[in-house]
Amino acid sequence: MQIAIIVAGVFFSIGAVAALYRVITGPSLLDRVIASDVFVATVMCVLGSEMAFNGHTETLPVLLVLAAFGFLGSVSFARFMAKQDET
Amino acid sequence: MTGDGIREIITISLVMVAALMCCAAGIGLFRFPDVLSRLHAATKPQILGLMCACGAVAVNSPRISTFLLFTAIIIFQGLTAPITAHMVARAAYRSNHLRRDLLIRDELETRVERIERGEESSKTPPES
Amino acid sequence: MSPETGRRISARSQIVLLSGLVILWCLVWGEVTVLNVLTGLVLAVVISLLFYLPAIDLSGRVNFWFVLVFFVRLLIDIARASLEVAWLVIDPRYKPSSAILAIPLDTRSDLIMMFTAEAISLVPGSIVVDVDRQESVLYVHVINVRSEKDLEDFRDEVFATEKRLVMAIGSHDDVWRVRQPNHLTRSHTGGTA
Repeated sequence: MQIAIIVAGVFFSIGAVAALYRVITGPSLLDRVIASDVFVATVMCVLGSEMAFNGHTETLPVLLVLAAFGFLGSVSFARFMAKQDET
Repeated sequence: MTGDGIREIITISLVMVAALMCCAAGIGLFRFPDVLSRLHAATKPQILGLMCACGAVAVNSPRISTFLLFTAIIIFQGLTAPITAHMVARAAYRSNHLRRDLLIRDELETRVERIERGEESSKTPPES
Repeated sequence: MSPETGRRISARSQIVLLSGLVILWCLVWGEVTVLNVLTGLVLAVVISLLFYLPAIDLSGRVNFWFVLVFFVRLLIDIARASLEVAWLVIDPRYKPSSAILAIPLDTRSDLIMMFTAEAISLVPGSIVVDVDRQESVLYVHVINVRSEKDLEDFRDEVFATEKRLVMAIGSHDDVWRVRQPNHLTRSHTGGTA
């Protein structure tokens, strides 16, 4: 069980660090939007895994709110990009 | 006792799948060359990883309220993730953030050209 | 369907949409109580009055067996394709090569087109880039395609998804159309037949 937690943590952090790297370096704004979306998804998965390992359900509402805001953020950015492009 | 053991194994394997998906998404963002292919890597962990994480929690605390909330979260993500992907892809195509040399066929290009030449407006509208 | 007829939403579609919102509200709270249903109902009415959207017309035909088939198949597809893309990411020999395909659908229903697009995008490896609503054409970006055969295989896959959806919730007209051979009902724009 301990080993599994450590291995999963390593995988999660590789994913998160790679996404953050893309947020920082990403050539365009859209790359950053995608990368931050992936980062939010990773955070959601980490929260879920933590709940699973510790056997509680206290951060479930956080998951729901993250799902909503990840969506709203990306869509508004994409719209902003499209608008900026037309002018 | 054996029930707990089985539960533990299921939890670990589900969390592992979720972790691998997140890892793959990160590496995909890192390695893929243009916005559109990065999008492919990005939509993946949100669905399978999230479903696995939710499944792991549901295995550990099987209550009706948790199941209901999970259905809400998964429906929410399942409906919204494609919309995000579509919006970003559209913006990327419109603002030329893609590498055309990697496409082996582009059937959208002909349509965009047609609209720009103004042929689209002269077309008859569909009858239905 | 013209915008004029689409705007007059039938009472039955209205009830289905409202109850969908109420059910979602109950799911968010995690329990179904009288208070939840009542507040959900109030919120649903307020939302549908405030955020007025163009009405979607439900066909009124639901086949629960095919709905089940559609969801099970969607889950299998998601799992299979996720592993495929994950392998692509790790595979060191992978050379990027993708395509944008125009895929003309049979259905003329906005709802089915929307759900088909959602299902295609949910399955990793393909993303809807643009939609031509009048002609029901989806423009899909596909990853990891090498040959003409790959492209046609993918097109057939999308047609199969659409067919499953139409069998589940499509109108009789659409069901008739997807049962015809492809070359009779589809206008191939740009692609090979």
